[in-house]
Amino acid sequence: MAVEQGLWLDHLVIRRQGQPLLAVDAMITPGEVLTVMGPSGSGKSTLLAAIVGALPPGFQLTGRVVMNGSDVTAIATPKRRIGILFQDDLLFAHLSVGGNLAFALPPALRPRAARRDAVDQALELAGLPGFAARDPATLSGGQRARVALMRTLLAEPCALLLDEPFSRLDAALRDQIRRFVFALARQRALPVLLVTHDQGDADAAGGVVLQLGVG
Amino acid sequence: MRQGRLGTAPLLLLALLVVPVLAGLAGTLGPAFGLMPGSGRSALTLEPWRRLAAWPGLWPAARLSLVTGIGATALSLAITLLLVASLQGTGAFRLVARSLSPLLSVPHAAAAMGLAFLIAPSGWIARALSPWATGWVVPPDLLTLRDPGGFALMAGLVVKEVPFLVLMVLAALAQAQGTARATLASTLGYGHAMGWVKAVLPAIWRQTRLPVMAVLVYSMTSVDVAMILGPVLPPPLSVQVVVWMNHADPGYRLQAAAGAVLQLGLVLAALMAMVGVERVVGWCGRRWVVQGGRGLWLDRPLRVAAIGAAGLVAGSIGLGLLAMALWSVAQLWPFPAMLPQGYSPQVWIGQAGILLQGAATTLLIGVPATTLAVALTIAALQHEATRGLTGAGHLLWLLYLPLLVPQVAFLPGLQWLTLAAGWHGSVPLVAAVHVVFVLPYVFLSLAGPWRSWDKRAALVAASLGAGPVRILWQVRLPMLLRPVLTAVAVGLAVSFGQYLPTLLTGGGRVSTITTEAVALASGANRRIGGAYGLMQMLLPLMVFALAHWIPAILFRHRRGMAETA
Repeated sequence: MAVEQGLWLDHLVIRRQGQPLLAVDAMITPGEVLTVMGPSGSGKSTLLAAIVGALPPGFQLTGRVVMNGSDVTAIATPKRRIGILFQDDLLFAHLSVGGNLAFALPPALRPRAARRDAVDQALELAGLPGFAARDPATLSGGQRARVALMRTLLAEPCALLLDEPFSRLDAALRDQIRRFVFALARQRALPVLLVTHDQGDADAAGGVVLQLGVG
Repeated sequence: MRQGRLGTAPLLLLALLVVPVLAGLAGTLGPAFGLMPGSGRSALTLEPWRRLAAWPGLWPAARLSLVTGIGATALSLAITLLLVASLQGTGAFRLVARSLSPLLSVPHAAAAMGLAFLIAPSGWIARALSPWATGWVVPPDLLTLRDPGGFALMAGLVVKEVPFLVLMVLAALAQAQGTARATLASTLGYGHAMGWVKAVLPAIWRQTRLPVMAVLVYSMTSVDVAMILGPVLPPPLSVQVVVWMNHADPGYRLQAAAGAVLQLGLVLAALMAMVGVERVVGWCGRRWVVQGGRGLWLDRPLRVAAIGAAGLVAGSIGLGLLAMALWSVAQLWPFPAMLPQGYSPQVWIGQAGILLQGAATTLLIGVPATTLAVALTIAALQHEATRGLTGAGHLLWLLYLPLLVPQVAFLPGLQWLTLAAGWHGSVPLVAAVHVVFVLPYVFLSLAGPWRSWDKRAALVAASLGAGPVRILWQVRLPMLLRPVLTAVAVGLAVSFGQYLPTLLTGGGRVSTITTEAVALASGANRRIGGAYGLMQMLLPLMVFALAHWIPAILFRHRRGMAETA
């Protein structure tokens, strides 16, 4: 039997102090986007925390997270290789734009010139050539969002989780960044899980939409 | 009109912090150059410095201050970072966080005395190892206490400073999206500790460096801890300054002033060195961070080390207090027995009168000082809220001023000035000086919760016709009761623990539990020493227990007011 590629959320149930909070059972194939929608308080961010393996104390998870055929439910976050983009770009203010990207590069990539090339390529791809030395604080919201995405991708994840990453952007920019993110994810054949409460995000993603209720 | 009166609160608050420190510094600088108000000496001279230089212990005393101060600070910071970097988010860390307030409420002197009860040649550690491992049947002739290298002193400082620094790091983390950054580093493949150091620490360092500086200043210049655990002949410089201050011959005060100025110079040099080290580490760090090392293998050993360090810190304070408690009720307790042969409340009964009097004086100083500090803090924060100002960064320095200028550098001057003004040591005067030290901690404790309170509640109340006074008393203060009471408890604990301000401004006539305990610490009677040491920590613990239980009882039917953490 061929190994099934993609991110499989196998009967995931998250409970909070014993009370069921949410249940998801879904398969996301490479390049596909699964959109999870629900009002605030429905546990969208908790679901993402569970998938990356950083469930806050007080929550219990049953079911399995399966990445390209192997069960990663018990694997520590750093070894799961599931990338995440948050609502805030969380660029490190103590590093330059290039430093932020190099932070994500695997340590085995050497020498320094090779790391610099990888950073420059990523910036090129993001439409920000020559930005390596810039202070992230001097970037616009859209530029920061693109750097944050490149940082996530440089760590070579096997899947991408999006935690309302477009909600802080204004309408015109949102559409542009959305298209950029989805195109890159599709090109790299990454399964994508998007949580949002914005119908526009779901429409742009164009995949299956899963509705979470409250409770 | 009301607005105008409230407007004086921040000014008054800053004046209370700055004026005593600057006046005290001036009052120390004058005598160091021969100018002493009210004593008829008014010729500018270098004589105090010549006498200071003639003291043969000067260089060793100065070196002790530098080595123990810098050593204790570096070790405290290293343990703090180890704890937070490798344990944040784990069950063990919640245990650490929960034990912080009781550990913090223990006065320095009590923690130092407890440590002495553990590491003394006849202390619990030697008893636990004797005679089966060591062969000792009498206490060994070892300098484990007051050793000339100052290691006992450093240990005593570290066990008290680690809880403080952990609390300060936690406060900074809350403001800097610490958890989200840690998760992000983790999803990029970073180990727990490595990700924390590379992605979280740089973001919180700005808020952490002032507390670290305060720790450095305190560690270099503490008098009470050094009198209990530090070496003698010579003692660290700060202790020698106090010895000269209390010398029967008032001529020694000039020399004391010169010593105090030298101590201030040493502290300034150490602070500048710290800023230099910060620069170098920052520069090297930025080059290191982008190399991408994930450090996953570090997590397991560091976690073990962190749990060990946390156990050592909490254990030294906890077991030390237990040892003091046992000694205070012990009858015969020969070496190397682990427990006394019998128990009796004799010491407590015999000392009850003095203990209660000491406790009463402690409260008579602490309660007014804390009340004033809390009232001023609330007024200043309220003024800030109604004016829409936010905490200006440059004012934070002033808040830390009484913690960054060594007590031993400005309290002697303040004492001379108050004496020259004709105010002799009294309870109200000591309480007034305590405000200077209580105020920063109260403000730091309350400012965060006060500023992060959801102001929409005030808006709703105002739209319902409530005026600002009613909003403050009926909406804001009740909703913030828990942090306000915590600030009260912090203020009282800080006041209870003050040694040097009480000793110097009280002119030896005001005895609190802490001054009594330190005076008894070097004495031979462990039973009485144990009773005072224990009393020292029982007072703040009771206050913290009240601060915890009052809101819990008042709001037992209000789930929205439940403790969050």
